[in-house]
Amino acid sequence: MFSSAVRRVVRRSFSTSKWSGAQQMTVRDALNSALDEEMERDEKVFLLGEEVALYDGAYKVSRGLWKKYGDKRVIDTPITEAGFAGIAVGAAMAGLRPVCEFMTFNFSMQAIDQIINSAAKTFYMSAGRVNVPIVFRGPNGAAAGVAAQHSQCFGAWYSHCPGLKVVSPYNSEDAKGLLKAAIRDPDPIVVLENEILYGVQYPMSDEALSKDFVLPIGKAKIERVGKHVTLVAHSKAVEQALEAANELAGKGIEAEVINLRSLRPLDIDTIVQSIVKTNHCLTVEQGWPHCGIGAEISARISESEAFYHLDAPVIRVTGVDTPMPYTKSLEIAALPQMSDVVFAVNKVLGLQ
Amino acid sequence: MIEKILFKYGKRMYFKDALLRQAQRQFRDTATNAKIDTNNPSFLGIQTVFTGELRIIDEQCYDPLPIFRILHSSHEHVQLPEDFKLDENTLIKMYRKMVTLNIMDKILYESQRQGRISFYMTGTGEEAIQIGSAAAVTLEDVIYAQYREAGVLLWRGHSVADFMNQCYGNCKDASKGRQMPVHYGSKKLNFVTISSPLTTQLPQAVGTAYALKRSKKNTCAICYFGEGAASEGDAHAAFNFAATLECPIIFICRNNGYAISTPTREQFKGDGIAARGPAYGIPTIRVDGNDVLAMYYATKVARECCTRSEKPFLIEAMTYRIGHHSTSDDSTAYRSSDEIAYWTRYMPIIRYRSYLESVGLWCEQRDIELKKHVKTSVLLAFTEAEKERKACWKELFTDVYRTMPKHISKQMYSMEKHVAEFHKHYPLHFFKQA
Repeated sequence: MFSSAVRRVVRRSFSTSKWSGAQQMTVRDALNSALDEEMERDEKVFLLGEEVALYDGAYKVSRGLWKKYGDKRVIDTPITEAGFAGIAVGAAMAGLRPVCEFMTFNFSMQAIDQIINSAAKTFYMSAGRVNVPIVFRGPNGAAAGVAAQHSQCFGAWYSHCPGLKVVSPYNSEDAKGLLKAAIRDPDPIVVLENEILYGVQYPMSDEALSKDFVLPIGKAKIERVGKHVTLVAHSKAVEQALEAANELAGKGIEAEVINLRSLRPLDIDTIVQSIVKTNHCLTVEQGWPHCGIGAEISARISESEAFYHLDAPVIRVTGVDTPMPYTKSLEIAALPQMSDVVFAVNKVLGLQ
Repeated sequence: MIEKILFKYGKRMYFKDALLRQAQRQFRDTATNAKIDTNNPSFLGIQTVFTGELRIIDEQCYDPLPIFRILHSSHEHVQLPEDFKLDENTLIKMYRKMVTLNIMDKILYESQRQGRISFYMTGTGEEAIQIGSAAAVTLEDVIYAQYREAGVLLWRGHSVADFMNQCYGNCKDASKGRQMPVHYGSKKLNFVTISSPLTTQLPQAVGTAYALKRSKKNTCAICYFGEGAASEGDAHAAFNFAATLECPIIFICRNNGYAISTPTREQFKGDGIAARGPAYGIPTIRVDGNDVLAMYYATKVARECCTRSEKPFLIEAMTYRIGHHSTSDDSTAYRSSDEIAYWTRYMPIIRYRSYLESVGLWCEQRDIELKKHVKTSVLLAFTEAEKERKACWKELFTDVYRTMPKHISKQMYSMEKHVAEFHKHYPLHFFKQA
């Protein structure tokens, strides 16, 4: 009881949005209400994937939707990722707005040809005549104890490709606002959710509870204001960044935490402005380092005027460069923890 | 017409229309209203029949699926089905389009050999499948083709100039010169742009069929693919989804004997692609793809069935690829010229012309005039397309997203500045002005 109250207070202090009296909502419910509201708003929106209807979704994100909208709008498909991703692409080409759920993004590799060669490139190849308004969504990145084939971050994979937009929500407001924006968008969008965050409650502002709440795609959010160092993160890594910022605050170091929200387009301007102020930057992500999101941010900083404001090199805090181990202790060691971020910040600031 | 083969206790039994429907109805009833029988449980999803005799089912257990055809080698026996309704003008139009396709193919193939365009694929010997099926569907139906269906687009109203502009990738090309030659597309004609990766169009066509079903417009999707494409996992996905989601789609497989160099005997075992249809619960016809009238009639029946029941249909059209796979291929490396010569005798154009002559709709003189006229108009369109400028260079940056994002507009702005400063060094007159 006491510890949960502390957690809540701590979490509130992380957020820059208005929290007093704010309603709490899990990320799962935020995604569910986003789907529900958009399906109600537009007849053309429909959900398809494995177990999404009768079973309410493998992670219960689509709870109650099949009962409300029926077989035509919430479709359980046979187990063929390439099949239902392709069907979603075809339905989008014909004017519907499919939301295609992957049970996890790890399984989306079976369908990656449809996502990249067809969904992402058709608008360009058809010279602007056929757009593919489609949302590919599902849990991404490491969960817990599910080992190498179920613990991969696809942020870098999908944001590599022009034609796709990629969003990676952290909390409930992000999840609702970004998913709703994605469903309304004319381009194909990959929404990378996080399985562990599904059950976590976050405050929802009155604005975020409204049916008209959408977040701009391509815009990052400053989760915490600081002046000594910039921490850039997305999805669950935002949590580690915020925890680290809290820890560092006790030692008089004020870290600015940027929640990317979108991986493509990438809001480099917000990062640059922050570095001009802090002169130090670290990236935090659960994905692998090689050609990762942190690598891209680091390169973009070097190519921008922010480079001349840096007092130290940009450091990436990432998942380790190995398939995810199954062993619990090794799994923890393979993912960036709060202490790793604190250690890296101290190093960048020359404090150890 | 529609035959489905059922096996029961080793006997070969053919059920025709009424009988077939009755059998299907019974099957549905037993599946949904399984009676409780303690000795004989009814398994889910299949019709449960027990036997004490252990039998192995293989392809020897049943006859090969027959090939439906109308035009025999001797025209004395040609008998059109009772409800076959095509007026004389349409019959002649079909011939004209087949000839146009054939001549256009020859000219564009040669132009690639001369280095004028980068790539080409002919449909030589496969004209009947394209024209016959295209004539049997409506413009509201949505076409998902592979890359050997230029004839379908020609039938739907794509002009010879449209084809030439695409192959040259000039500023009149509706796809702004962004695709390889033969990757045609026309939103107006409901013909989805050709996708190079094999078989992606199959599940997509099923998705479109699903959307059409929801729109209640009484239309269907038509999806073409080769027998080689049918080996991709996407084909399985598409067949199974079309059957389980009950989507109005006609799958048309062009079984032309070769997937680039791989002959059908290395592509699949069993009785071709058609035999797979009933296994997925999809009504199926195997048709002589070199017989344009049979192709027309089979597609017409398939379309009626498909739009009436809102369910999928499979047509396997048997043909022979007389041309090379593409201009990047020399097929004499893997097949004999005798084999090509043999099949050239069965060219669908020759067979159809001889039928039209036998019923007094065509003659030598008209044939010479038609070919001369087509050749002149194709060459004219060809010359015009070659002279045309390229699309505006700014198109390089458009259509990646509906609204141009900042990082792309920055690049465009920087190129504009660059071109303004160094315009003397660039051949700007080759490009259409903004």
